[in-house]
Amino acid sequence: MAAFESALDLIGNTPIVDVSALSPNPRVRILAKLEGQNPGGSVKDRAAKYMIEEAEKDGRLRPGSVLIESSSGNTGIALAMICKVRGYHLKVVLPENVSIERRQLLLVWGAEIIPSPGGEGSNGAMRRAIDLAEEHPEWVFLHQYSNQANAKAHYEGTGPEIWRDCPEITHFIAGLGTSGTLMGAGRFLKEQNAAVQVWAVEPPVGEMVDGLKNLDEGYIPELFTANDGFDLLDRKMIVRPRESIEWTRRLTEVGVFAGISSGAIMAAAVKAAKLLDEGTLVTIVCDGGWKYLSTGAWTDDLDDVEARAKGIIYF
Amino acid sequence: MPAVRLPTVLRTHAGGAAVVEAQGETVADVLAWLEVTYPGMASQLLAPGGAAHRFVNVYVDDDDVRYLDGLATKVGEGAEVSILPAVAGG
Repeated sequence: MAAFESALDLIGNTPIVDVSALSPNPRVRILAKLEGQNPGGSVKDRAAKYMIEEAEKDGRLRPGSVLIESSSGNTGIALAMICKVRGYHLKVVLPENVSIERRQLLLVWGAEIIPSPGGEGSNGAMRRAIDLAEEHPEWVFLHQYSNQANAKAHYEGTGPEIWRDCPEITHFIAGLGTSGTLMGAGRFLKEQNAAVQVWAVEPPVGEMVDGLKNLDEGYIPELFTANDGFDLLDRKMIVRPRESIEWTRRLTEVGVFAGISSGAIMAAAVKAAKLLDEGTLVTIVCDGGWKYLSTGAWTDDLDDVEARAKGIIYF
Repeated sequence: MPAVRLPTVLRTHAGGAAVVEAQGETVADVLAWLEVTYPGMASQLLAPGGAAHRFVNVYVDDDDVRYLDGLATKVGEGAEVSILPAVAGG
C-alpha cells in the first residue's frame, strides 16, 4: 500500500464485516460498516471533512479562522482534528453530561469547550451555538444539522462504498443523529435499487436528555426535512439504553468493540432480522468503544450501567 | 390496556407518573383518552389539523407511528405507547 500524504486522506473507505453470527435468523445476514476506523475515530470524520472543505472552497474559511459548533462529541472531535491540521481554532458547545473521554479528545485536538447544561441535552447545546454564532458573525458556523455537505459526504462516500462492497443489500439501518448518514447514503442506495429499505434508529434517550422544559424544544434537523426524510425513511425504531448496552456487549463476540449508539443500531438490526423472511442488512458502527470505557458499559453490572446511562449522553 | 410512557415534561399532568395505563384501540384513541383524563396533556402533542407535532415522536412498541399508520396505528392490549420529544445527536 502506498503511503498516504495526510492522515485526513484516511477518512472514508471503511471496511464492512459480516456479523451474522449474531443474527437470530439464518436467512438474514447482518453486515457492519466499521466507521470507528476513521482517523478521528468516528463516522463524523466524513461530514466534518466535507463541511470544512466546502467552506474552504467558498471562501468562508481562511487561515486562522475561528469556528463554532455544537456537538455531543463525535462531530466536535472530528472537526477539532481537521482544524488542528489545517490551522483553524474551534469552539465546541458541549453538554456537560457527555463521557469524560469525549471532553479529553476535544482537548487533545486543541478545541475550546463551551459547556452547556446537561439537562438541555444536544438540543440545548445547539440553541446556544446558534445564539453565539449570531452574536459573533466573524465566527464560522458550519451547523452540522443543516449543512448539506454533511449528507453529501455520505451520498458520495458511505453510500457508494456500501454499494461497491455489498450490492446485495436489502436494508440499510443507521442512527438518526443529524440524519446525514441516512439521508446521504440512504438516498444513494435507493437510487441504485429502489427496493432497498432505509430504517432509522432513534438514539437511546436517557431520562436527563428528555428533561426538556417544553415539548416544542424538540428538534428535527433541517437536513432531515430538506432531504424529504419523512418520505425517504421506511421505518424508525427507538432502542432503550439497556438493549443498547446489551448489544454493545454482544458485538464483542464477533470482535467488534463499538460505542453504545452502535449497540442500539445492532439491537434494531436484530429486531429487523426477526421480522424479515430473508435479507442482507447493512448497519453502521458509528465509533469504537474507546470513548465509553469510563461508563463501565462492558464490565459493570448491567443494572448499574443502565441507571448511569440515564444521565449520560452517549450518541 | 396499553401502557403509555410519558416524557418528563408531561408527567406533571399525571401527578408525576412516568407510565400510565390508558385505553383505546388506536394511537388517536389513546391520545384522546389522555386528554380527557389529564386535561391539557394531549393537546400539546397535536398540531392544528390533528396530526402529531413534528417535534414529537410517538412510538408503539418502539416503532415510530409516522412510518406505520400514523395516529390510526393500532394499539394492542399489551402494547406500550411512548411519547418523546425529537432529540438531535451528533
